[in-house]
Amino acid sequence: MTVGAPLLETQALTKRFGGVLAIDRIDFSVEPRELRCVIGPNGAGKSSFFKCLTGLARATSGRVLFMGQDITRADPCHIARLGIATKTQVPNVFDGLSVRENIWIAANRHSISGVQAMKASENTIQRLGLSTAANAVVGQLAHGARQWVELAMIVVANPKLVLLDEPTAGMSGAEIFRVEKLLNELKSTATIIVVEHDVKFIRRIASHVTVLHNGSILIEGPVATVLSDTRVRDVYLGRHSVT
Amino acid sequence: MRDVCNSGTLFVVGVATAIAVLIPQIVNLYLVIVYSNLAIMALFALSLAWVWGYGGILCFGQSAFFGLAAYVYAVSVINIGESTAPFLLAVLVPTVFAAVIGALMFYGRVSDIYFAIITLCVTLILYSLISSTAGPQFHIFAARLNGQNGISGFRPLNLPGRSDDVLGPVESFYVCMTFLIGCYVALKFLLSSRFGRVVVAVRENPVRAELLGYDTRWTRTFVFTIGAAIAGLAGALFAVWGTYVNPSLFDLRMAALVIIWVVVGGLGTLAGPMVGAVALQYLGNVLGKQQLANTGMIYGFLLIVFVMLVPQGVFPTMQRLISRWSLRRSQYEMKLLGDDISKGMQGR
Amino acid sequence: MDLTLIICLDILNGIAMLAMISVGLAIVFGIMGVINLAHGEFLMLGAFAATVSTNAGVNVWVSMLIVAPLFVGIVGLVVERLLIRLLYGRMTDTLIVTWGLSLFLVGAVTTLFGYTIPGISAPLGSVKLGVYSFSAYRLVFTGLTALTFLVIWSFLKYTRWGIIARGTTQNPEMASALGHAPHRVYAITFFSGSAVTGLAGGLIAPLTGVVPTMGAIFVAKAFIAVIGGGAAIVAGTFAASSFFGAVDTLASFVWTPVIGQAAMLLAAIILLRLLPRGITGRFLERRI
Repeated sequence: MTVGAPLLETQALTKRFGGVLAIDRIDFSVEPRELRCVIGPNGAGKSSFFKCLTGLARATSGRVLFMGQDITRADPCHIARLGIATKTQVPNVFDGLSVRENIWIAANRHSISGVQAMKASENTIQRLGLSTAANAVVGQLAHGARQWVELAMIVVANPKLVLLDEPTAGMSGAEIFRVEKLLNELKSTATIIVVEHDVKFIRRIASHVTVLHNGSILIEGPVATVLSDTRVRDVYLGRHSVT
Repeated sequence: MRDVCNSGTLFVVGVATAIAVLIPQIVNLYLVIVYSNLAIMALFALSLAWVWGYGGILCFGQSAFFGLAAYVYAVSVINIGESTAPFLLAVLVPTVFAAVIGALMFYGRVSDIYFAIITLCVTLILYSLISSTAGPQFHIFAARLNGQNGISGFRPLNLPGRSDDVLGPVESFYVCMTFLIGCYVALKFLLSSRFGRVVVAVRENPVRAELLGYDTRWTRTFVFTIGAAIAGLAGALFAVWGTYVNPSLFDLRMAALVIIWVVVGGLGTLAGPMVGAVALQYLGNVLGKQQLANTGMIYGFLLIVFVMLVPQGVFPTMQRLISRWSLRRSQYEMKLLGDDISKGMQGR
Repeated sequence: MDLTLIICLDILNGIAMLAMISVGLAIVFGIMGVINLAHGEFLMLGAFAATVSTNAGVNVWVSMLIVAPLFVGIVGLVVERLLIRLLYGRMTDTLIVTWGLSLFLVGAVTTLFGYTIPGISAPLGSVKLGVYSFSAYRLVFTGLTALTFLVIWSFLKYTRWGIIARGTTQNPEMASALGHAPHRVYAITFFSGSAVTGLAGGLIAPLTGVVPTMGAIFVAKAFIAVIGGGAAIVAGTFAASSFFGAVDTLASFVWTPVIGQAAMLLAAIILLRLLPRGITGRFLERRI
């Protein structure tokens, strides 16, 4: 990890839903241009963690800092405008609109004019190989294709930080390879945090991994070290509870 | 510009213009007055078609803006005398009211259903308040509110600046149709603009819109306010049309009517609800003259049947049937072409 | 001193009125997620049933406590089987269909009975409190409301049916997998909610003018109470009715009943702005 100010940082971040403690005093940080994977068994708190980062959920206590700025209580639209782009676990796209429209709307937010947005979205459509599908209605595309459109909407916005919640879920091998290639390209301009389950995929793209368990960070470090740690295996296989 | 000049829009504008020009030539004055009312109701329906169909905002109380505008006109023209300022005021007041209520609700992140119910309550409360204003102590300067009896006999529209030049029935009809066509075209332009496409996106998936950086609260408040302005315009036109306003403009029936027009005409289009309003209002006039059955019963029954059988409304269903028919035709033609080709290939 | 007592009784009565007209809606909305816009007309049907039945010679208490709930319960069952059942999950369509139903019911009752019918007067006379007198019936009404709430609460909390209903609310598929068909639960729920509403209509018949259009303002108040109350059926309706009922009654007392209504609406807008999920969305969570 390069030494310097972290791009994104959380301090004692806690989220309670009713009686359930989803995340518990998490201190997390990620450096600029890093690609970090966040893994953990179901219920570990990964999605809740992301929701607190994007503003879709409000943290119970603690702080979230982006480039030094406190975004803990900020609205999702303001967080997005700071340069954070998100892919949610269940794809959130405009199902009734075409692929081109979807990407245009993503581009429009960062463009001075509709024409500029049109150029930016056409560029992205070409780059991501969506030219033939550009007029298709997104709601009618297959699951993997919809996720790919959502990634296109992220790419066109030129974000500083990309949050991806299970980007390869339900994708074929070829589609996963495409995602991997895209992420490797994105690494040069953006910082990326990926929640994933696919271990082979993680090994190929990430340099560092954070493991969440029961709402806390179990272990963090380089990919190889973490994935071979017995505690991590135990947590996934439920061998015995790790305190 | 290209998006606005598509065949559908041009067709609607063409038909409406033809109606506007021809009607006064072919029918008698009484019917011109009736048709003016239909145009006003079409404008009212257009306001909800915009807010609900394109903005995705279910508002049960659109009648509040309609009634408010009508009352504001009546009260101000009694006090001011000349009609221009009252007319402008009549459109302004519901617009500002909507901006305030809308902002209060949208920035409070109230859910869709709650928003709908609150707007219904607003219109019903206005009904209660205004229908209890019988008695001389209820007046706004020179204008008594008169409770259930309403306000009547005030001045209709006159040419701006010339208070003796009052508009007759034919001129009023032209004014109504001009506003109707003008608002329709203006909304079409708005929809094809950058803002208009954002409006549709916010309706499609507000979460994704927020995650892209759009402030959906502001967008919705703005959409809602525009809708209220158009409803207010319709209300002001209604006041000058009949020179009579009463609390029933705020009641449940009025609120239900505009929803019915949109549902029957087709949620998601601008033209459908306008046609739905005209058709159902016309039907209501016809039914009102008969004594067989209560109008409310028939309207209620119609609404139930329509939602159960034709849930997307008349227009979209017709559109779908037409496109399915034309698709089948082209599939049939492709098949014929294919047969010809294969015959040719087999050397027959 | 007596005046204070009268005002307190008035407030209690106002709370009871609001609670009684709202709880049927809360049951249906809480368990089925259905918003019945014909709720006001169900109240009206209950009032009409009680009035017509009493005018036909039936004992007024039997009319109010048995005839009205039974009649409206059956109407509700028919409506649920014919209409609501076909619209599960289609919230907007349900709203519009029930709205159409409300127009239809008003029209039908007007056709059958005209615009007004002879009313029934409140039984039991009045009670003297110092120099003031208070309607004894209003006191009984308040007591009956409390009793009704107690019955509903116990039913939901302790009986087998109540637990099944609550389970179906939370997870219909699971309840179904365990052998409790949601559509049967919903039919019984809608019947019960309608019956309670019919009871409410019958009980308020001696207190207000019974006309076909009486439902409109009640539906608005009931909705404010249910939505302000939040997810919990009994606790939410009770909390919201207490708050809004007090506001309404006090404002009506100081100014006029119309100002009372307006004050209640304003209170609702402010409450929902501060607590977007209603009172029990934040406090008293996980109560019934």
